[in-house]
Amino acid sequence: MSTTVPVKAQMSGAKKQTPEFVQLLDPDGKRLSDELYDPWVSDVTGDQLASLYEDLIIVRRIDTEATALQRQGELGLWPPLLGQEAAQVGSARTLRPDDFVFSSYRENAVAYCRGVQLPDLVRVWRGTAASGWDPFEVGMATPAVIIGAQTLHATGYAVGCTFDGVDSVSVAYFGDGATSEGDVSEAMVFAASFNAPVIFFCQNNQWAISEPVGLQAQRPIADRAPGFGIPSIRVDGNDVLAVMAATRSALDRARNGGGPTFIEAVTYRRGPHTTSDDPSRYVDPVVAKEWEAKDPIARVEAFLRSEGVLTDELAASIQARADAVAAEFRAGCLALENPEPLSVFDNVYATEHSGLTRQKSQYKAYLEGFAK
Amino acid sequence: MTELTLAKALGSGLRRALSDDDKVVLLGEDIGTLGGVFRVTDGLQRDFGKDRVIDTPLAEAGIIGMAVGLAFRGYRPVCEIQFDGFIYPGFDQIVAQVAKLHYRTAGKVRMPLTIRVPYGGGIGAVEHHSESPEAYFAHTAGLRVVTCSTPQDAHSMLREAIASDDPVLFFEPKRRYWTKGEVDEDATALPMGKARVVTEGTDVTLVTYGPLVATALDAAVAAADDGVSIEVVDLRSLSPVDFDTVEASVRKTGRLVITHEASESGGLGAEIAATLTDRCFYFLEAAPVRITGFDVPYPAAKLEDHFLPDLDRILDGVDRALGRVNSLTGWSA
Repeated sequence: MSTTVPVKAQMSGAKKQTPEFVQLLDPDGKRLSDELYDPWVSDVTGDQLASLYEDLIIVRRIDTEATALQRQGELGLWPPLLGQEAAQVGSARTLRPDDFVFSSYRENAVAYCRGVQLPDLVRVWRGTAASGWDPFEVGMATPAVIIGAQTLHATGYAVGCTFDGVDSVSVAYFGDGATSEGDVSEAMVFAASFNAPVIFFCQNNQWAISEPVGLQAQRPIADRAPGFGIPSIRVDGNDVLAVMAATRSALDRARNGGGPTFIEAVTYRRGPHTTSDDPSRYVDPVVAKEWEAKDPIARVEAFLRSEGVLTDELAASIQARADAVAAEFRAGCLALENPEPLSVFDNVYATEHSGLTRQKSQYKAYLEGFAK
Repeated sequence: MTELTLAKALGSGLRRALSDDDKVVLLGEDIGTLGGVFRVTDGLQRDFGKDRVIDTPLAEAGIIGMAVGLAFRGYRPVCEIQFDGFIYPGFDQIVAQVAKLHYRTAGKVRMPLTIRVPYGGGIGAVEHHSESPEAYFAHTAGLRVVTCSTPQDAHSMLREAIASDDPVLFFEPKRRYWTKGEVDEDATALPMGKARVVTEGTDVTLVTYGPLVATALDAAVAAADDGVSIEVVDLRSLSPVDFDTVEASVRKTGRLVITHEASESGGLGAEIAATLTDRCFYFLEAAPVRITGFDVPYPAAKLEDHFLPDLDRILDGVDRALGRVNSLTGWSA
């Protein structure tokens, strides 16, 4: 079975999709056709889809390992992404190295796809650093914890790209809760006014800690963007192929002077907000079960098996690779060293600040007292 | 050497910064065609274009947040906040992002933003147009906070702020925008982090900054008529504060009066009084005195003269430092 030919829609059983909700792989792994969005993934081969499948498996495995590390006391906190793998991998894998991501804190699969080193994913959560990586090495800012703040940064960066005459695009990742923040609305105003090449990628995971999306929005979140003059796409966030198609169409628009696009990737946060959260207090188990059936990985697996691309051998080797990544991730986490005490003063400023110099020298003298 | 108003000196500083570095961009409300509500950016959009001098939507968080993104892209943004009381919608972006990004990223991402803020009262304005919010920012690690009092400093310090790789809150004393003075664009300027002894004296050190420097100088002249020699120190920088210069003065005079328009509690005056008491305890002849705005919201225009420290209130403070009859001793003493 050749796996290097593009994966086509199975015409039998395919249903016509409305542009209001883009879905190319249904939860059973059936490839649906979509006139508007099929062309954006017409080049994706079975091998490439298998590679995305491997990404999905690996990022879920990393996520599981991180939760375990937290439970074992090795991380202070972890924000699981269980259920959101396709939304993150499908979008991040479409970006070029010169594109730039401004994310929130749950986008660990995006960070993985951008090439962030494994231990760098957890420096913050282990408490050894204020952020994990050099943004300019991977084209991704370190996460913004203040909800929605990064959408403005992405907009400013995009405007800078147009000033520089390059066709790089910036992507802001945020959640449904963030859409209530003023910063997100301001970002859309600015992006529209300056025709900024930015993608607002909203993972609507249905929850802002314990608050359901219905508290943030009375209509589909994607409906908000056109009011700002920004075209929007509502896509099945658990469908890696649909997410890829939607993101590619938005990237194409941005690179060609068409300005911003808003993508609402409809997904579901299957885990807690963070390891400190207790979703049993607010999640309806029946609804959770429904979303389990829409798992982003199972449908790719079903499709790849039906196409003969995924064999038991390949699945086993991917799982083995994921386990190896998890082991490397764990080892890297445990090897992270605590920072030097006086480094608490480092990098507050780029240039010398006399007030801080005084405090540092006084604290240094204080610490030296313990050495005696 | 040209005689310029303080506002024009700021404008010429921006013009030089735009000419010297093509990564400098200006962002703000009404700064383009209109030239800013105080005309500080007058003519700059005409001469440098709409991509260098950018009229923005009316959203302060948007202005600052967009500048953060531009800084990520290698730009050196100069944001204008139209009035002091309008900065609060941008407060989160300033204290949670601008101030912390260099630290957060272990120095990988620099935030060379300059945020210009016309501040202070005395112009008979309506609510939110006369405030002195500098202490909020001086309290925030990661920011530099400076303020000018003369056209020369306005020009030189603004250029230095824009050239700085750190974010700078640049407070402009709006009631002194029309003060004239000689400006030499090529003068070797006193670094913006340094305080300046504006007039030397021997009896009392009077520390102030921004709009009250002129008032303090008037007070020094009036006190001299009364045989009291005041040394006026213009702080210029509020973060960091140049305590060495203030300390040298207080060691000489033994008395310290601090005056600012901002409210008293938690203000710069408290910081300076505490630090100078620490550093000069055995040199002080009297407790430091603060003459400041009261702990009230900025009042209606017809009451602002009862809020703002003026020459007489400053002299009353000088009398307190000298142990002379003053408002606290009762006038009959």
